[in-house]
Amino acid sequence: MAIKTYVQAITEATVEEMERDPAVFTMGEDLRKSVYGATAGLVERFGEDRVIDTPLSENGFFGAALGASLCGMRPIVETVTSFLWVGMDQLISQGSKMRYMFGGQAELPVTFRIRMFYARGAAAHHSDRNYPTFMNTPGLKVICPSNAYDAKGLMKTAVRDNDVCMIFEDGIAISSRMEIPDNADLPGGELLVPFGVANTLQTGSDVTIVGVAGGVQHALDAAKVLAAEGISAEVIDPRTLVPLDTETILKSVAKTGRLVVVDPAHKSCSAASEIAAIVAQEGFWDLQAPIQVVASEQVNVPYSPALEPLIYPTPDKVLAAVRLVLD
Amino acid sequence: MALDKQQLEEMYRRMCRIRYFEEAVIEIHSSGELIGPAHPYIGEEAVAVGACAALEDTDRIAGNHRSHGHPIAKGGDVKGAMAEILGKTGGFCKGKGGSMHLADFSIGILGESGIVASSVPIATGAALASKLGKQGFVSLVFFGDGASNQGACHESMNMAALWDLPVIFMCENNGYAITTSYKNSVSVDHVSDRASAYGMPGVLVDGQDAIAVWEATNEAVRRARAGEGPTLIEAMTYRYEDHSLGLDRIIKSNYREESEVEEARTRDPLPIHRKAMISHGFATEAECDDIEAAVHIEIEEAVEFARNSPFPEPGDLFDDMWATPV
Repeated sequence: MAIKTYVQAITEATVEEMERDPAVFTMGEDLRKSVYGATAGLVERFGEDRVIDTPLSENGFFGAALGASLCGMRPIVETVTSFLWVGMDQLISQGSKMRYMFGGQAELPVTFRIRMFYARGAAAHHSDRNYPTFMNTPGLKVICPSNAYDAKGLMKTAVRDNDVCMIFEDGIAISSRMEIPDNADLPGGELLVPFGVANTLQTGSDVTIVGVAGGVQHALDAAKVLAAEGISAEVIDPRTLVPLDTETILKSVAKTGRLVVVDPAHKSCSAASEIAAIVAQEGFWDLQAPIQVVASEQVNVPYSPALEPLIYPTPDKVLAAVRLVLD
Repeated sequence: MALDKQQLEEMYRRMCRIRYFEEAVIEIHSSGELIGPAHPYIGEEAVAVGACAALEDTDRIAGNHRSHGHPIAKGGDVKGAMAEILGKTGGFCKGKGGSMHLADFSIGILGESGIVASSVPIATGAALASKLGKQGFVSLVFFGDGASNQGACHESMNMAALWDLPVIFMCENNGYAITTSYKNSVSVDHVSDRASAYGMPGVLVDGQDAIAVWEATNEAVRRARAGEGPTLIEAMTYRYEDHSLGLDRIIKSNYREESEVEEARTRDPLPIHRKAMISHGFATEAECDDIEAAVHIEIEEAVEFARNSPFPEPGDLFDDMWATPV
């Protein structure tokens, strides 16, 4: 057992999967010099054929990854949330649709590793939290690890999955660290976290707080304050948004009768609004108070440090929402 | 290397197959039996057939919205193609894709695409897989003069040349992107002129002559297999029908002169190939007639098969979403 950062966990998952399967390779911008940290040492270990620095052509190389995946390869593509927009045609028109359009002939084992920076003064072009966009596009698996353990286990599952997987690496969680078991100590000898299985981080009886990505930490921070006040919060991290473990959330709400959802994405059509809608539709009679959503304000991300922090969820906003549902 | 009698006849058979297939589609469309759009390939048959004649079964192709000719040229089954166009379970894609998404992975047809130029990165990636996995196949992508202006095209050509990928960019220049003429949309005289900007050969070829297309493709395939990288081929061709079936507004817009269409029809790729075979002693008039007659029967059978194939059941709706079930 050793303490690892979120980034180290991703590197470990990449190395293990590339060693396990020669069809796995990685491509993206500035990988060999590891500008985003998670690809350090890969080119020395696996060579330039398996660690490809691409031109600045997101649409082109997203599509090339998809095309390679149709012919026996398993690419891991590194990019950044804001550059997904540049490659949307290939991601959506091809990546999300080819398998269905072709009657199930296509297998598209591509893992997109997407760094999600925000809350660090990067302004509107470099602060996107756009995973809900891809929940609304059938055919893509959407994964939001909130800690290092899940980052490693979910990524290894993604690389072995035969569909397009999009892993959003939360910029708030990215520097977090935690204990990750050594492979030798794990049943099966490796860390794999299944899709569609939510993680109940703490059990409670008064209120359910569902956190998404970086929202999980805010939920845990709020839960600590609430515990000191004698309020028992159950904190759930869905871990994957597609597929979504609705059962764990609904069961929790049946127990607590109250739901707060914390989501760093913009509020309209967010992961939070989808979870709220599902609970309103399927768990309405269990609710004792209206569902509260704590998500980013529906405004572009401002640059000024005087303004930017105002738009995101915070532990204080979560606390206020919990007090509202308990009122 | 030269084409032999059997190959030349097979090329003619496939050109006839595309022509008669498209004629049947037009007929079915006009009767109201076909609901979605379809883009006839009539007039351009020599491009797909000439190109695919230079490929092996294991080589990959990808195409565009003018989507029936490419898979048939690659050897795709006309029954499966016709059933797909009618949305039936006997179709290539079990009725999930329709006219613009014909695909048969078992013989290297990685799929046609409704978004112009979107197959170009896919084919480039297939070539990347061939190179990384030392698989030895080449990939070839069909796209039009309109698609040549898409960023996806430029990005793919740059990557393919940079990485010496075994891919062939086959531009079918039919002169029009729906109604916008080539001269109103492309900044250079020929799409193939752009090849030099990426550091690869650009080849201009008569797209009405299947043998000429085969020759150009054959050299590109040789280069690709030898690890010498991609080639951009521009085949000058013409679509005899309008952009899409059922788009009356386009037909009425008079974007091209009737005399221009008539002129293009004098260079019909089917008689050009038939005459070439006969004049060089590879086939007789009677043999060519026999091929035509046999293909007519094949197409009639394909239409019959498609009509008799059942529609999908409502319970099939959610099938084929995931390769790894959720």
